[in-house]
Amino acid sequence: MSRPRVYVTRKVPGEGLDLLKEKCTVSMWDSDEPVPKEELLNQVKGVHAIFCTISDRIDAAVLNAAGSNLKIVATMSVGRDHISVQECESRDIYVANTPDVASDSAADLTVALLLMTTRRLVEGLEAVRAGEWGPWKPAWICGMELMNKTVGIFGFGRVGFGVARRLRPFGVSDILYNDPYEAGHAKGLAKYVSFDELLSKSDVLCICCAVTPQTIGMFNKKTFQKMKKTSFLINTARGAIVNHDDLYDALKNGDIGAAGLDVTTPEPLRSDHPLIKLNNCIILPHMGTNTVEARHSMSVNTAKNIIAMLGLD
Amino acid sequence: MPKLPRVYVTRNIPKPGLDLLREECEVEVWDSDDAIPKDELLKHVPGIDGLLCMLTDRIDKEVLEAAGPQLKCVGTMSVGYEHIDVEECKSREIRVSNTPNVSTDSVSELTVALLLLTSRRLLEGVDAVKQGAWGKWKPMWLCGMEMVHRTIGILGLGRIGYGVARRLKPFGVSKIIYHDVCKVSYADDVGAEFVPFDQLVAESDVICICCNLTPQTKHKFNMVTFKKMKKHAILINSGRGGVVHHDDLFDALTSGEIGAAGLDVTEPEPLPASHPLVSLHNCIILPHMGSNTIDSRNSMAETAAKNILACFSNKDAIGDVIVYR
Repeated sequence: MSRPRVYVTRKVPGEGLDLLKEKCTVSMWDSDEPVPKEELLNQVKGVHAIFCTISDRIDAAVLNAAGSNLKIVATMSVGRDHISVQECESRDIYVANTPDVASDSAADLTVALLLMTTRRLVEGLEAVRAGEWGPWKPAWICGMELMNKTVGIFGFGRVGFGVARRLRPFGVSDILYNDPYEAGHAKGLAKYVSFDELLSKSDVLCICCAVTPQTIGMFNKKTFQKMKKTSFLINTARGAIVNHDDLYDALKNGDIGAAGLDVTTPEPLRSDHPLIKLNNCIILPHMGTNTVEARHSMSVNTAKNIIAMLGLD
Repeated sequence: MPKLPRVYVTRNIPKPGLDLLREECEVEVWDSDDAIPKDELLKHVPGIDGLLCMLTDRIDKEVLEAAGPQLKCVGTMSVGYEHIDVEECKSREIRVSNTPNVSTDSVSELTVALLLLTSRRLLEGVDAVKQGAWGKWKPMWLCGMEMVHRTIGILGLGRIGYGVARRLKPFGVSKIIYHDVCKVSYADDVGAEFVPFDQLVAESDVICICCNLTPQTKHKFNMVTFKKMKKHAILINSGRGGVVHHDDLFDALTSGEIGAAGLDVTEPEPLPASHPLVSLHNCIILPHMGSNTIDSRNSMAETAAKNILACFSNKDAIGDVIVYR
């Protein structure tokens, strides 16, 4: 029997490729840049598996081009919103992702972004570079300490849980969370509350949920008006959960204090986007899993997903 | 009706402090965010009973003379008091006070923030967004260091170092080691192991300087030390700038002796924007923001005010530098 064929849509860390090459015939878009759509449609013809990243839109056109050999679309990410999951399911194609392996990196990054925002560190960094660091002043670039504050987490999955664990020794008085269901692993760590209570009580609110039809645009003008005027909003989940125009207005008008975003709509965000100009909005270019360790694990696990689904293990 | 004591405050300090003073004193304030010029200070101090100053105000013989013999106390809204001529105050039996301890949590928090900012290359990320260099997601773009399984080394396990260790534990670090002038009992609470300085330097993936500046620690991090550190190691300094030899640091960062540095304190302060360290992509510099929180500054203002009130009611102050019995 001939070896199964796998198409890899990007130059990914070698460990994953090596695993695949042991048992499959692998063709790859050998570049740091995403594969153009035309090329993708061409290269997937007849493959048994597609190894993709979040930059690749895997829709009906791609699935049709691949044909009936295709058994699995495996993404090197946790998010699957770039894949037409329903189209895959209707064709009996399995959609695999890589939960768990990057949760620590993502939780680390969420806390880092939270602290950068509450402590106004970008303003400080830029002041040094612009030669604005002068003699000591009592009220110069003062931020908020986490001691005795209330943190709210929207979505208490692996990342939300990791964020809560990390914030506890910072002396926060309460960690609240909202989710469709109460989470057993929240016991002793965070308290379940309604969405409205999460909004009105949080000094810092972290969005750690998946993007779904329920959560798209959930953070909008109405939501911001229910939040504290001094509050900080942190989003490391998906950009589509936050209405960006409403966020801009809320930050400009003082409906909330500041925001830290690792994810936006679209990605990348153009450098002339109004949010980038705001002093009270910090934007990172989707760095949630940007550690060498996480990326290697994601590559290996994507390969393992493919090997398992094709019955090669 | 007895006359209220007169207090002069040399800056527009947080309201909680001013409110406390106004309850019991006649208060005059230099109503500005910027430091008071010397000649203005000399104009405003004659006849006052208490002076609440900042670390930018040189309180020397000239100021004390201008105030007059009725001046009872000088309280600074800072921990350091190098700007006050303590000897001259002693000779006039003027009480001197400061504001110790109130910013420990802010500084521990900032140290961890700076560590994460540096290890995850977040400033490069922020810059990329602003400069239009953010492209489509790439597997290995701007990758940094994860905290899980790392060894953290802390130089100086005092209140701040301990606070840093406590905050880093749930990040999954595998080991916390420390060096100090002696072992401390509470190290066990965070599972921190005492090691000799050379071992701290050789084994740590991240080193946090959380110690004072003393003759022992001055320029302790120099080229000899950097050569003993791991090549990917990250150095974080939120103690005092003088613990690090800045020219050697520049050489170490540019030649790959260590991976990156995050500094909240420098030598000198402020550090001019033209300093070579400022332009390095693997050196993150914050303008001494350790206690830059509204909470800390409110506490410092309140404590400074309480110190002054304690003097007028002959009680112990929270931060007595000198007191006379």
